Amino acid sequence: MKKKYISMVLMAALAAGTLAGCGDKSSGTGGDKNSSTQKDSSESSKGGDNATAEGKVINVYSWNDEFMKRVTAVYPEVKETSSDKTVTTLKDGTEIHWIINPNQDGVYQQKLDEALLNQASAAADDKVDIFLSETDYVNKYTDAEADVAMPLTDLGINPDTDLSDQYDFTKVTASDVNGVQRGSTWQCCPGLLVYRRDIAKEVFGTDDPVKVGEKVKDWDTMKTTAEELKAKGYYTFSSYADTFRLYGNSISAPWVSPGETVIKVDQKIMDWINTSKEWLDAGYLNKTVKGQWNDDWNKAMGSKSKVFAFLFPAWGIDFTLKPNWDGKDGAWAVTNPPQEYNWGGSYVHACTGTDNPTIVKDIILSVTGNKDNLLKISKDYLDFTNTKSGMQEAAKDNKSYASEFLGGQNSFEYFTPVAENIEIAPLSAYDQGCVELIQNAFSDYFQGQVDFDKAKSNFETAIKERYPETTEVQWP
Amino acid sequence: MKRKHKSVSYSKWGYIFILPFFVSFFIFSFIPLADTIRYSFFEYYRSGIKEIGPNFVGMENYSSLMASDMLKYAGNTFILWIIGFIPQIVIALLLAAWFVDIRLKIHAQQFFKVVIYLPNLIMASAFAMLFFTLFSTNGPINGILMSIGIAKEPIDFMGSVFGTRSLVGFMNFLMWFGNTTIMLMAAIMGISTDIFEASEIDGCNSIQRFFKITLPLIRPILAYTLINSIIGGLQMFDVPQILTNGQGSPDRTSMTLIMFLNSHLKSKNYGMAGALSVYLFIVSAILCFFVYRMTNNNDPDGSKAAARKAKRRG
Repeated sequence: MKKKYISMVLMAALAAGTLAGCGDKSSGTGGDKNSSTQKDSSESSKGGDNATAEGKVINVYSWNDEFMKRVTAVYPEVKETSSDKTVTTLKDGTEIHWIINPNQDGVYQQKLDEALLNQASAAADDKVDIFLSETDYVNKYTDAEADVAMPLTDLGINPDTDLSDQYDFTKVTASDVNGVQRGSTWQCCPGLLVYRRDIAKEVFGTDDPVKVGEKVKDWDTMKTTAEELKAKGYYTFSSYADTFRLYGNSISAPWVSPGETVIKVDQKIMDWINTSKEWLDAGYLNKTVKGQWNDDWNKAMGSKSKVFAFLFPAWGIDFTLKPNWDGKDGAWAVTNPPQEYNWGGSYVHACTGTDNPTIVKDIILSVTGNKDNLLKISKDYLDFTNTKSGMQEAAKDNKSYASEFLGGQNSFEYFTPVAENIEIAPLSAYDQGCVELIQNAFSDYFQGQVDFDKAKSNFETAIKERYPETTEVQWP
Repeated sequence: MKRKHKSVSYSKWGYIFILPFFVSFFIFSFIPLADTIRYSFFEYYRSGIKEIGPNFVGMENYSSLMASDMLKYAGNTFILWIIGFIPQIVIALLLAAWFVDIRLKIHAQQFFKVVIYLPNLIMASAFAMLFFTLFSTNGPINGILMSIGIAKEPIDFMGSVFGTRSLVGFMNFLMWFGNTTIMLMAAIMGISTDIFEASEIDGCNSIQRFFKITLPLIRPILAYTLINSIIGGLQMFDVPQILTNGQGSPDRTSMTLIMFLNSHLKSKNYGMAGALSVYLFIVSAILCFFVYRMTNNNDPDGSKAAARKAKRRG
């Protein structure tokens, strides 16, 4: 009998041991109120004294440290950031937790979606308070029905007065179908043509941005210029994907109209396909560079490359071109693009259900609606920021905004007029998949692997896999 | 009803001690498995951040999969597998025969065994990433080929069907031939040396010995390797996924079944992915049945069957 009891106890211990792992996990994600409140009280006694009724932890979902850098640079309440860059402490002891997941392969959105689905049941300090989205998928999160991004007015921000200096198209982008603004951005991404000065001198005899600008002012002139470059052994752009945003962001109707399940391919996209094929076959583009964001593309920005120009907004110059350039500063210059366009942009949203609305409002206003802060971001990070009057000043202020990388040129002089002329393409929640998959499908066509019709049907297959609810693809 | 009081049965303790495994298997493997099958009859996916379904649709997922390019991807999977498997089994047989051959007296045998096994220790995705960089159009392989004058302009390895498929096959071969070699070595070492000696006395040369003695006697293990490799090949995913960036490019010719499954999971399409998993499950189950038959074979070398045959005749 005694033996039996001992073995019973051993059994229980064993079972407890095996199940302990999942027990911990569930209490961690669920509502382990005890431990988190304990942590809070110890932290507030250590850090700050003026405890508010709001939560002590602000969770920010993002895909890189861009937003963190800007917040720590301009938000006045910031006290310090931990050395591993995961936690920023504010002066009142509130902690900002930066939850960063890479954008590649949709990882960021997967993680964010999971968190948003659990938002209602999550403990106060585990709730998402702020999340970021990109222009490619901002529409998915500003959806009125899903209601995951709070309308700014609910936070106490009046877009008409508080954000009146922002570029209008950024406000439209962050609004839902009813025109309610549900996000705000500090950056505005007008794109320019960035070119190599040495190649311009060799081919055109000048590297003056005004004169080069004349040579690339529209697509027809651009083609003549491309022929000139080819004669000297240079490529105009690196890959067919480089020009995509100029066409893709000027489509006249959204990929999918609200309430419909039909994908409509715009005529502009077909123009891109035809021009790209023509240019690639004519040798104006580098055949070995397939698409963007890969090793070959990065190498095309190096000093050994034969590529004359790239089409980039401000972030592209600072974030992509600069790290890949291995020559001296001052080798590049910017000029007007053949067509005005916008590429990218990170939107800041307050998440529905946040337990820190006051601080969230404060951060959004301070990072996206304060002209002085925005100008500081422009100076420190070369962002083209979301302030109309500020950017006009910057365009004239050659002294403080001259870029060493661009050989002392003030790029804002060129960015500002583009920004004022941008007409943002109508968005839909399917943009990201459409943009990605159409480029993939037709890349086989450009390289001569498949014919035009096969590329079309490959796109149809891929898009129906990605978005099962789509019923049909209409070609112009 | 009679009860034997004298003998104490300890068998229930055995059951109780293996219970934790069965409980965790039930929770973490069996329920998800059953759910996968259940969801395969439902329309269930996510559109943006809105969940659609689950709505019962019967066999619709299965029939629409059949109407899709699934069989083409199954063909791709098979081709990618066979390109890797043929050199793998040939080289492995050769190496295994050499390594166990006492007369060859290979030095540092242990060292070579470790080296050929090493590629298997690298994560498949890391291995694919490495090859992706090596064979990219502006990568080191093209650099070497151009500087020694074999190629005039960079070869677009991953732009052609042949190039991509051979790369995938080559990687699978490199990763698995060591493993197969070691398995076959064990099989060959299991053959009684008496037979080899007898054959030698009878004047058998090494080629005859290999084809007439070694090969027939390791046939069960060879078949086991084959079926195991098919099951592994059926699940081929990481190498082509990383090498082609999940596109199965060019023209979806290196898209495998699991990559197809993965692209359904991008939209959280549990219904369709579930149906595809069930198809794969059925194929794997059939293959597993053969493995089971083989490993539980009580007549591995066919001697009993031969004896029966002889008896009937005589």
